[in-house]
Amino acid sequence: MKHTGVWALAETHGGKLRDVSFELLARGRALADQLGCELVSVVMAEPMPQEELQELIARGADRVLAVEGEALGDFIAETHSNVLCGLIGERRPEVVLAAATFNGRTLLPHAAMRLHAGLTADCTGLAIDPDTRDLIQTRPAIGGNILATIKSPNHRPQMATVRPKSTRPLPRDAARTGEVERVAFRPQWLDGRVRKIGERADQQDEANIQETDVVVAGGRGMKKAEHFAMLRELAGHLHGVVGASRDAVDRGWAVYPRQVGLSGKTVTPKLYVAVGISGAIQHLAGMKTADVIMAINADEDAPIFQVADFGIVGDLFEVLPLLNDRLAQEGNP
Amino acid sequence: MNILVPIKQVPETSNVKMDPSTGTMIRDGVESIVNPLDLYAIETANQLKERHGGKVTVLTMGPPSAHKALREAIAMGCDDAVLLTDRAFAGADTWATAYVLARAIERIGGYDLILCGERATDGDTGQVGPNIAAALNIPLATYVSGIESVDTGRGEMSVWRMTEHGYEQLLLPLPALLTVVKEISFPRLPTLRGKQRARASEIPAWGAGDLGAEADKIGLKGSPTRVVKIESPKVTRGGTVVKAADGPEQAVDQLVAFLRGRDLV
Ligand SMILES: Cc1cc2nc3c(=O)[nH]c(=O)nc-3n(C[C@H](O)[C@H](O)[C@H](O)COP(=O)(O)OP(=O)(O)OC[C@H]3O[C@@H](n4cnc5c(N)ncnc54)[C@H](O)[C@@H]3O)c2cc1C
Ligand SMILES: Nc1ncnc2c1ncn2[C@@H]1O[C@H](COP(=O)(O)O)[C@@H](O)[C@H]1O
Repeated sequence: MKHTGVWALAETHGGKLRDVSFELLARGRALADQLGCELVSVVMAEPMPQEELQELIARGADRVLAVEGEALGDFIAETHSNVLCGLIGERRPEVVLAAATFNGRTLLPHAAMRLHAGLTADCTGLAIDPDTRDLIQTRPAIGGNILATIKSPNHRPQMATVRPKSTRPLPRDAARTGEVERVAFRPQWLDGRVRKIGERADQQDEANIQETDVVVAGGRGMKKAEHFAMLRELAGHLHGVVGASRDAVDRGWAVYPRQVGLSGKTVTPKLYVAVGISGAIQHLAGMKTADVIMAINADEDAPIFQVADFGIVGDLFEVLPLLNDRLAQEGNP
Repeated sequence: MNILVPIKQVPETSNVKMDPSTGTMIRDGVESIVNPLDLYAIETANQLKERHGGKVTVLTMGPPSAHKALREAIAMGCDDAVLLTDRAFAGADTWATAYVLARAIERIGGYDLILCGERATDGDTGQVGPNIAAALNIPLATYVSGIESVDTGRGEMSVWRMTEHGYEQLLLPLPALLTVVKEISFPRLPTLRGKQRARASEIPAWGAGDLGAEADKIGLKGSPTRVVKIESPKVTRGGTVVKAADGPEQAVDQLVAFLRGRDLV
């Protein structure tokens, strides 16, 4: 049986689809059209309402393959991997995509190992080679210093995790049609070894620097934890989330999940604002692929200005309040 | 508690230089270091050993010179080391790397816990940890930011793991594999005594034959993925830079106009 079909794994949280699921469908749609095959949205979750699954069709899927079971409510790598490997073995897709989220970057390598499939992490570009049907995957590596193009010519399925926010979801099209296929959870898929026994929210808020369009980041130049209030205000005006350099995190001004850079997170927002951040290579590694970069720094030789689309050389304690006032007047709430 | 820590030797990337004509990294004169994110795994392993007894064994797959990384880990307090080196391992992607590491781990045996770094700073994939757990069919927790408790009697531990929404707590039976993030510990520096021990340590080197590794699962041949092109993206953007000293209000006006032009406000 030959491998056919593009699969995009949907992610859910608290019984709702997460936006990355729709971004992935936009990627998958382009590939499926090029390959002339079906785009399947794979949902592994606790039972979901029909409207929620129908939404995946409105966002580009031809088919929704929903495996539902109470055991899938929590993300347990082994159980999810059993389901995914089981379905892939039966249906043999050509391409399998997941979001490069904590869970996607756990599940896909687990499954790829068992399937002896090629897996490329955190891709920012995907295309199809029309002659070989190979998935052409591009991704930044070595701290963003290189862009590598990777293929898996002799192995199927071809698997990739895709960086969140590296593409936009397709507009919702309620007229699209497709089939919702529900598959009952099979007892042999359950791996009861690991159990989730608790959770707690990020101390600051629910927002995530990897899944927002705007990141407003502060560094050592902010001088004090209290001054981060100015960044939160700016982030409010720009509908963004506050991030930080390692220096700021090490000083306890922001929590580690907000750290941008080599030993923190890589972000690709539409707008990255660096305030009081020098732009060390390890910091740049995490943000230089942002669409637009803006910097405020007192030192005109700070390396951050080399990657900035717009920079202000000046004292942030003078510039930030002015900027916040201006945006408040503009009616950016 | 016997703990295994797979570590990787990576090029020091804080001052990477690219060859503009070939688009590849200039490796000459680039120092090799222990993957910075593996230091947290080493430290966590040493702390667990101090609390619960046992020993820590580090292992790496790499060129013969990678013994340096292992010695550094010994200098930080690890007990034993194993080097996995063979020409036939060259060109391995994460699949073939994990296969070799898993075979070596089976050969070492008798472990309660495997600790990996979150990802290696050269490849940036973070795949090898979950790959190894799958190959060994042992429980996995990724992005672990804290260890809540260890019950060696019951043979289980509970850990906190990062998610997009905060943290979740998982209970895992041992042996298990964790990939750990920076938040979990603060790596100590090598000690003088540790350095002496590191220098004196005998480090066994195992090749494909020692592991009974299948030829079509190692090195380039065993790797499903192929890097077909490497290019260096343009770094400088040559944007507009204005000085607040020439009038802060004006600078902010220009900035707001710029943002409006890009539809960002
Ligand atoms: C292995 C390794 C991994 C690393 N990983 C990361 C990582 O993930 N993320 C990360 O960020 N770093 C990382 N680093 C650290 C990195 O090298 C830098 O030390 C760090 O990014 C510096 O943070 P900063 O820009 O906040 O501080 P600094 O470099 O001290 O910069 C502060 C800036 O604020 C400016 N400033 C001061 N006062 C004002 C003012 N009143 N108004 C305007 N500007 C002002 C200064 O001009 C200066 O440019 C890593 C380092 C190593 C070795
Ligand atoms: N060649 C290797 N030898 C030993 N451990 C490795 C090797 N490559 C990766 N690892 C381990 O796997 C983790 C993730 O690496 P990677 O998947 O390459 O990003 C690292 O932090 C190490 O703990």
